[in-house]
Amino acid sequence: MDIRPKVLITKIGLDGHDRGSRIVAAHLRDAGMEVVYTPPWQEIRTVVKLAVEEDVDVIGLSSLATDHLIVPKLMAALREAGLSDVAVIVGGIVPDEDEQMLLDAGVARVFHPGSPLEDISAYITDATARVRAARFPA
Amino acid sequence: MNKPLADPVPASTEEAHVRWAAEYAAQIESDKAVHNRSGIPVKPLYTPLDVDPARFDTDVGFPGQPPYTRGIYATMHRGRTWTQRQLIGLGTPAAYNARLLDIIGHGASAVSLIPCNSVFRGYDMDEVDEELLGTCGVVANSADHMTTCLDGVDLATTSCAMNDPSPFTLLAFMLATARRRGVDWRTISGTSNQSDYLSHFVANHMFFRLALPGARRVLTDHIAWCGEHLPRWNPLSVVGQHMQQAGATPAEAMAFTLSSAIQYADDCVAAGMSPDAFLPRFTFFFDISISFFEEVAKFRAGRRIWARLTRERFGARDPRSWRFKFHGQTSGVDLTRQQPLNNIARVTAQAIAGIFGGLQSLHTDAYDEALSCPTQFGARIAVATQNILREEAHLTDVIDPLGGSYYVEALTNEMEQRVLAIMADVEAAGGMYRAVESGMVQRRIGESARAHQERVDSGAQTVVGVNAYQVDEDARARPALARPDPAQMRAHMQDFAQWKARRSAAAVEKALADLARSAQADRNGGGANIFGQVVAAADVGCTHGEICRTLRRELGFGNPLVAV
Repeated sequence: MDIRPKVLITKIGLDGHDRGSRIVAAHLRDAGMEVVYTPPWQEIRTVVKLAVEEDVDVIGLSSLATDHLIVPKLMAALREAGLSDVAVIVGGIVPDEDEQMLLDAGVARVFHPGSPLEDISAYITDATARVRAARFPA
Repeated sequence: MNKPLADPVPASTEEAHVRWAAEYAAQIESDKAVHNRSGIPVKPLYTPLDVDPARFDTDVGFPGQPPYTRGIYATMHRGRTWTQRQLIGLGTPAAYNARLLDIIGHGASAVSLIPCNSVFRGYDMDEVDEELLGTCGVVANSADHMTTCLDGVDLATTSCAMNDPSPFTLLAFMLATARRRGVDWRTISGTSNQSDYLSHFVANHMFFRLALPGARRVLTDHIAWCGEHLPRWNPLSVVGQHMQQAGATPAEAMAFTLSSAIQYADDCVAAGMSPDAFLPRFTFFFDISISFFEEVAKFRAGRRIWARLTRERFGARDPRSWRFKFHGQTSGVDLTRQQPLNNIARVTAQAIAGIFGGLQSLHTDAYDEALSCPTQFGARIAVATQNILREEAHLTDVIDPLGGSYYVEALTNEMEQRVLAIMADVEAAGGMYRAVESGMVQRRIGESARAHQERVDSGAQTVVGVNAYQVDEDARARPALARPDPAQMRAHMQDFAQWKARRSAAAVEKALADLARSAQADRNGGGANIFGQVVAAADVGCTHGEICRTLRRELGFGNPLVAV
């Protein structure tokens, strides 16, 4: 059965550079995915609320100016809301030192600058399959 | 081997061109169509047939004379080279000041202060996530903080750019600093570098604070107030850089910038100002991508269009109104995380394009900007790059050295046509304010951004280390992260809290009430100038966050206008 991933593309924190998040959102939409896109500067609680209401498989966060430093706070809020099964991916400028910190906090994958769009959509398709398998065991 | 020519001297340029075209077609193995980033087809060869010698005086001319294609001053870089203006901003005011003095000691000649993203967003340090403080700029929330930032900098002689979106509190803090030091405001020079609110909506950067109508009013007041009190200050910098970094092609970036400048000039005229009073203080700020000749042509075309439209559209008579003064910044989007030292080569090529394009002021990116805020090591190499280009490479010996190149002149003409066509689209949409409000500009830039990404993903555009020439890298060889010292930042926060408690609450309250009243009054109905009230509020100890909160309340918050 073909699955159609549902993805939330958003930005938290203070920075608004949205070239990356817009390009990725448009690509995923054209790849046939259902995309919930928000402008930058979302509050963590808003992201959690959207993830619950929209029942997304994957949350994609774009961070270009250190906003990834508060992603662990989002991960904790997602766990608290019972959304530990949602796959969270981060794209943008994430220094090596911080990548491990994000993975330790439960982020599924970090995409660095130069990642082809196709790699991102392929990963999201696989991640969605895993998320759904965990949610609806056969 | 080529056949010997029957007659080695062709009868005419046209005949020789035909002969060359035939040989070229026979010898080239696979001739792909080449387009520059603005979509202009680029031929393999340009000749006298591509330029009209009769149009030299109207299209090219001489430096310092309209249409300024060859530069806005008669002497250009042979007389005074560009200002070496490096953006700096990290950590606490004291840490910022140390970095600033270091960079000035290594050859920087002017200040460009980048505040923390919390400042860009209109908040004080105690209103945001502590983890983010000072990671992308200096945490300056008060006049006291600015005094520390600029310790040891002579404000009467050093040009200071403040990356200061509406309502321009950083300039207000600097003016308070100047007053404390006894520096005459009339000697203060520099630029309100982030005053172009339309570009903030378009590129959706970190600047949203006021809704469009409020942002429009604050800027017009700012231009009027600065015109009256700060004769050497540039209150407006129209920013093509944001748009090009967001994905606009070089032609789109130039067109949207010129359309924005028209909008701001229209607004100033509507507010009763005379074009020759404000146009000499309009400046521009552009991205310089690695598309070398296209960038040179972009700047030459922009100067020519501005010289014409200031005279024809606004009736400006002062030559200073016609001059297209601009600051250039090498493009961060072209830099790669992969093999970061390669970025030094990219920055060098970009910087030369800007220099040959005739810029007045230059920021060269540090090679490590694709990884994090620049380290001190990276910032020093960026400064040294400019020193080498300025003093070793003989780039400044001749004014507009590419002028007269068949290619550059033809491309300048083509870029001009492309830019004018896009400007006509904006005009048809009701001008830049309406075109941004409707999302038309954002959509166009988004499409261009995606088209560029697809060219990189498909390999049509080589990016060394990303889609070609990849190598296994030793991650440990990457530069160490530049991050603010947590202990210093905590102390900074404690000092701020204590200082706020010590202030005269009555003076702060009164200043904020005056500010709110100025924002409520209809400007044409004779209300006080909003920026004048910001300056007064900063002087009595109001913080950045307090001033922004007051104006957000009165003028409305600027929600993003996005299109995907």
